[in-house]
Amino acid sequence: MGNMKLTLKIWRQSGPNDKGRMETYPVHDVSEDMSFLEMLDVLNDQLVRKGKDPIAFDHDCREGICGMCSLFINGEAHGPGRGITTCQLHMRKFKDGDTIYVEPWRSTAFPVIKDLATNRSAFDRIQAAGGFVSVNTSGNLVDGNAVPIPKHDADKAFDAATCIGCGACVATCPNGSAMLFTAAKVSQLALLPQGRPEAKRRALAMVEQMDKEGFGNCSNTGACEVECPKGISLEHIARLNREYLAATVTKE
Amino acid sequence: MALDSKIPPGPIDKKWTYHKGHMRIVAPANKRRIDVIVVGTGLAGGAAAASLAEMGYNVKAFCFQDSARRAHSIAAQGGINAAKNYQNDGDSTYRLFYDTVKGGDYRAREANVYRLAEVSANIIDQCVAQGVPFARDYGGLLDNRSFGGVQVSRTFYARGQTGQQLLLGAYSALMRQVGKGAVQMFDRHEMLDVVIVDGKARGIIARNLITGEIERHGAHAVLLCTGGYGNVFFLSTNAMGSNVTAAWKAHKRGAYFGNPCYTQIHPTCIPVSGTHQSKLTLMSESLRNDGRIWVPKNLEDAKAIRDGRKKGSDIPEADRDYYLERRYPAFGNLVPRDVASRAAKERCDAGYGVNKTGEAVYLDFSAAIERYGKQQANILKIENPSKEKITELGRAVVSEKYGNLFDMYENIVGENPYDHAMKIYPAVHYTMGGLWVDYNLQTTVPGLFALGEANFSDHGANRLGASALMQGLADGYFVIPYTVGDYLADDIRTGPIDTKRPEFDAAEKEVTDRINHFLNNKGSKPVDEFHRRLGKVMWDKCGMARNAQGLQEAIAEIRQIREEFYRDVRVTGKANEFNQELEKAGRVADFLELGELMCVDALNRKESCGGHFREEYAETEGPQQGEAKRDDANYAYVAAWEWTGDAGKANLHKEPLTFEEVKLTQRSYK
Repeated sequence: MGNMKLTLKIWRQSGPNDKGRMETYPVHDVSEDMSFLEMLDVLNDQLVRKGKDPIAFDHDCREGICGMCSLFINGEAHGPGRGITTCQLHMRKFKDGDTIYVEPWRSTAFPVIKDLATNRSAFDRIQAAGGFVSVNTSGNLVDGNAVPIPKHDADKAFDAATCIGCGACVATCPNGSAMLFTAAKVSQLALLPQGRPEAKRRALAMVEQMDKEGFGNCSNTGACEVECPKGISLEHIARLNREYLAATVTKE
Repeated sequence: MALDSKIPPGPIDKKWTYHKGHMRIVAPANKRRIDVIVVGTGLAGGAAAASLAEMGYNVKAFCFQDSARRAHSIAAQGGINAAKNYQNDGDSTYRLFYDTVKGGDYRAREANVYRLAEVSANIIDQCVAQGVPFARDYGGLLDNRSFGGVQVSRTFYARGQTGQQLLLGAYSALMRQVGKGAVQMFDRHEMLDVVIVDGKARGIIARNLITGEIERHGAHAVLLCTGGYGNVFFLSTNAMGSNVTAAWKAHKRGAYFGNPCYTQIHPTCIPVSGTHQSKLTLMSESLRNDGRIWVPKNLEDAKAIRDGRKKGSDIPEADRDYYLERRYPAFGNLVPRDVASRAAKERCDAGYGVNKTGEAVYLDFSAAIERYGKQQANILKIENPSKEKITELGRAVVSEKYGNLFDMYENIVGENPYDHAMKIYPAVHYTMGGLWVDYNLQTTVPGLFALGEANFSDHGANRLGASALMQGLADGYFVIPYTVGDYLADDIRTGPIDTKRPEFDAAEKEVTDRINHFLNNKGSKPVDEFHRRLGKVMWDKCGMARNAQGLQEAIAEIRQIREEFYRDVRVTGKANEFNQELEKAGRVADFLELGELMCVDALNRKESCGGHFREEYAETEGPQQGEAKRDDANYAYVAAWEWTGDAGKANLHKEPLTFEEVKLTQRSYK
């Protein structure tokens, strides 16, 4: 066990209809080698032993890839540090005696379930609207090498495809826009020959669903790119805009 | 009940084709009258749910995460094997099959493995068509790399995030069906029991994790694609939520559990740093393509490093022991995982460990950085490059290949692995054991199927790297769509399953009783405390090395922990709300039974094979001294355990393994 002592100001909310409030928790025995979530484990352990309700927060892989963890820490999505998720944030980024504010993602499209856990199903619905290539899984397809793809395009598509769907872009955007998330998928598939046949339909359908979900508009503040744990570039939003524009003007 | 593996007749390379041609199928109009439940949305579950929906079945898919895209397949790093032979290095379906059987230490079913190798090439084509951005070379063609236990390059990859890209491919196929209404998606739902009606699996009981509501779902077949049970060790590379509950409930309802003791301890993970740790992080096996594993030759150097008086870079080349290259010259750093893990343990136990705990070895990239740097300098026509320039160029290449892994390492350890050799140690990663299934992936309960890591079938006693992704997708995309149809052909006139039947009543009551027990218990200790204790027993006594005495002690200790758990666990909150402590309690309760069965199985298997290493059964002399010693005469069988009401008193059924294609020999990587 370590010897850092911290004061946590944590958002507590019993459910979507509760107003919610910040509550203060002292936590001790924190080591700088702990991840932020392990520090919350320590706090929850202390709460459960006292018979108090532990803090609900989403997490799963704890290695920065599943996208389940969230948390707005000291006013930043996934806390201080760039290119990492909350589960990859370690306590060595903080000092003994610090006060840390912990809040859920805040967006109308992501209602709070409890405390720090939110409902991000809107993202799934955007994907279901068009985030795919319409190919059945028969396996009776052309050979994987039948269509060479320039390395540059494949790499760019990969960069977009690394989106983990965590929602940091939405949480950090002053407008609560999901453009970076939507653009990542549209862009990935637009860059690959396999995705081209449906490119127009995809851009229109995904944007339409995004708007329906209540996400805000993009005003190019660029905050999403800064907070994105996977460094998804604004360039993909530009590509989405081009794809969308092209689809709109040539729509039948 | 006698085990029937239902292996089709004929030569090994014709079995699957023959079987596909002779299975019954369900006509399109009838598929619409049939419901299938898929539990878990990783590679196996996501692929199966999407494929079955495309075919026309009504699919209900369940996952405990908040989205199907988060299943733990997503964390697989290195790659996926396929016998494409794009590199012209002698690969073939047969070689992939052979490598897998040998890598599994001759404890896998030949026919299943051959089928896996056979469909592997289609997986790559499928994924490319779905828009999975695999790594490509400058000619625009797919790139490959090598993995442990093989001598060809057959691993396809997407930087260090192959699992993510493949899962998102399967997820996109799944979401396409969700959008069409062909799949009903139930996220944040946990399966808590399977319901058996007239001897067949006819539905599940699930808890809505947001509202706490207990739900009944009926179906004509239930597919468990729920992953492995490595979290029985508390510390593993699995996600926090990965659990055995679905598989264990199935086991308690009659599905036999196959080879529970076969656990894969992955050699290259970030070492444990303290008691607070909640999980361990893998560093992909692909790193062993370029990283060299070593410890100091001299005990004094190792001690100086542990005390902080020396750094790895202070040790001159001549004083480094590249022990894998020394012991296994033919495969070097790319020996299979079980071999590499035991070798690391052997060196650390002998006192050569290189971190504070003494449980770490170096994975060093300096040679690779220099090699790539010189190569780049040639490509860029830089004459007489300086040492710094070479390092700079070499780092860029290494970063391109493994950048995200190096970043992950630095975040966790707080040390830059380009400047300082990585420190690694083995950790629990994968479980080869799982629900026993026949060739059709059906468990011993009719209508209940198990796919991917949740079944036991393809990897024997040790899985080769980059084969888990292959198996998950093979089962989901290309095997179950055929085999489930053969079963469902009898159900075209059954009609919807009535969930008001007494069998559903009884199963639901068991689930709610258990939840109420936990909530009313008012003990004093949190769930995690019991989980940690269980994990320590499992790691110490049923981990990388096992012996009879330790296993007997472990069984007694696990029973003790289980008894205390039920008496003294404290679960806060209510049943009808979002309650993560309650979720954990249910999972740990099942781990506490499974752990005992693993020890019973390990005790029963008086041989060493693959990941199961019994200290009493090792070669004592000759060139293979210290290596695992199999006993083919007595243990060439699958141990399939039947639940009898007590984890310690499970009934053993044996499925003899017959090898018609591959000759059983000592597995040598020397």
